[in-house]
Amino acid sequence: MNKDWPLWEVFIRAKNGLSHKHAGSLHAADAQMAIENARDVYCRRNEGVSIWVVESKYITASDPEDADALFEPAQDKIYRHPTFYNLPDEVKHI
Amino acid sequence: MSREELEKRFQEKIDAEIKIEPKDWMPERYRRNLIRQISQHAHSEVVGMLPEGNWITRAPTLRRKVALLAKVQDEAGHGLYLYSAAETLGISREEMIEQLLSGKAKYSSIFNYPTLTWADIGAIGWLVDGAAIMNQVMLTRTSYGPYARAMVRICKEESFHQRQGYEIMLTLARGTEVQRQMAQDALNRWWWPALMMFGPSDKDSVHTAESMKWKIKRKTNDELRQQFVDVTVPQAEYLGLTIPDPDLKWNEARGHYDFGEIDWEEFWRVVKGNGPCNHLRMKARREAHEKGAWVREAALAYAEKRRQRQQQKAS
Ligand SMILES: [Fe+2]
Ligand SMILES: [Fe+2]
Repeated sequence: MNKDWPLWEVFIRAKNGLSHKHAGSLHAADAQMAIENARDVYCRRNEGVSIWVVESKYITASDPEDADALFEPAQDKIYRHPTFYNLPDEVKHI
Repeated sequence: MSREELEKRFQEKIDAEIKIEPKDWMPERYRRNLIRQISQHAHSEVVGMLPEGNWITRAPTLRRKVALLAKVQDEAGHGLYLYSAAETLGISREEMIEQLLSGKAKYSSIFNYPTLTWADIGAIGWLVDGAAIMNQVMLTRTSYGPYARAMVRICKEESFHQRQGYEIMLTLARGTEVQRQMAQDALNRWWWPALMMFGPSDKDSVHTAESMKWKIKRKTNDELRQQFVDVTVPQAEYLGLTIPDPDLKWNEARGHYDFGEIDWEEFWRVVKGNGPCNHLRMKARREAHEKGAWVREAALAYAEKRRQRQQQKAS
C-alpha cells in the first residue's frame, strides 16, 4: 500500500451567490479528511460557507503549449462584443 | 523551438510581468532555484513553531494563550501553503520532508535561538514576524504564480502576528522595572539575529543576481534589511527600549538609519548547524515525524476501510 496521502485541490465558496474558487491544495487520506483539513487551513477566518475537494489526479489541464491554438480564434471575433455594433446615441436602453 | 528561443521567450514574459504558472516552460535553474527557496521557506514556517510552541502552556493569561495558539496554528498553515506551491514544481512532499530531516535542506537560522522568557514571544512576533513580513510582502509580487498566491494569503495572516508581539512588548515595557528589563533583554538577544534573517550581504549572496533577473526576488537582502531597520527603530523608541547597536544613527543625507556591521561569523556558524538550538530543533522535528508515522498509516487504513464499506453498501 502506498503510504503517502494523495493530493487534493480545494475550492471554496466565500458566500452564497458566489462560485467556488480554487483556494489551494493539501494532502489527506480521503475526501472527508480533505474537507476537514481544508476547513482548518483555508477557512480559519470566515473565508467560506462551502467547500469542494477533488483529488488532483482527476483534474485534466490544458497544455500551455496549445494556448495559441485554443484561445487565439477568439481574438479576431470582435463581433461577439456589443461595442462592435454602431448605434446612434439617441437610442436608449440598448 | 530551440532552448535559446525558449529562454528568450521566458525572460520576455518575466520582463512583461506575466506570471509563470506550473505547466509553463521554465529554465531548469529557475525551477531548481524556486524549489530550494520555497521549500526552505516552508521548512522555516514549520520549524518556527517550535520556539513559540515552547511557551503556549506558560502564556501568562488566557488572552495571550489563545493568541499564541492561533499564531502557531497559522504558521503550520503557512508551511502547508508553501509546500503545496513547491509541489507544483514537481517535487513531492515526502522528498522535501526527507531533505529537512536529513539536514540537506536549510530553514531560517532565526529559529535556532532559544526562547528564554515570555518577553521572547513578544520580541519574536514584533521582530521575527516583522522581518518575515518585509520579505513576504515583496514576494507577493514574485514571478511564480503559486508562490505569489501563497504569499498573498500568508501576508493577510501575518499582520496579527506582529501586532500581538508588539502588544506583548508594550505591556512589558509599561510594566514593572523587572518586566521592562525583561523586554530589553529580549530585544538585546533578538535584534541581531532578526537582521541576519535577510541573509548574507548583497556582495556575498550567490543567488541574488539570478533571482532578481527572474523576479523571484524583487529587492536585495540589503535593501530589505535597511527597510526593516528604518521602520523598526521608531517602534523601539516608542517602547522606550534601546536597540543594542552603538553605531545606529539617523543619516540625514541618505534618509535612512546607518547601522553597525553584522557578526557574519556568527551568521555562518548558525547556518552551518552550530547555533544554540540547531540540534534540538532537528531532534524535535525528527521525533514528531517518527512518532506521527502510525497516525498517518492509521488514517490511510481507516480511509480504505471506509471505502470498502461504502462499496459493499452500493453492491
Ligand atoms: Fe508565517
Ligand atoms: Fe508569522
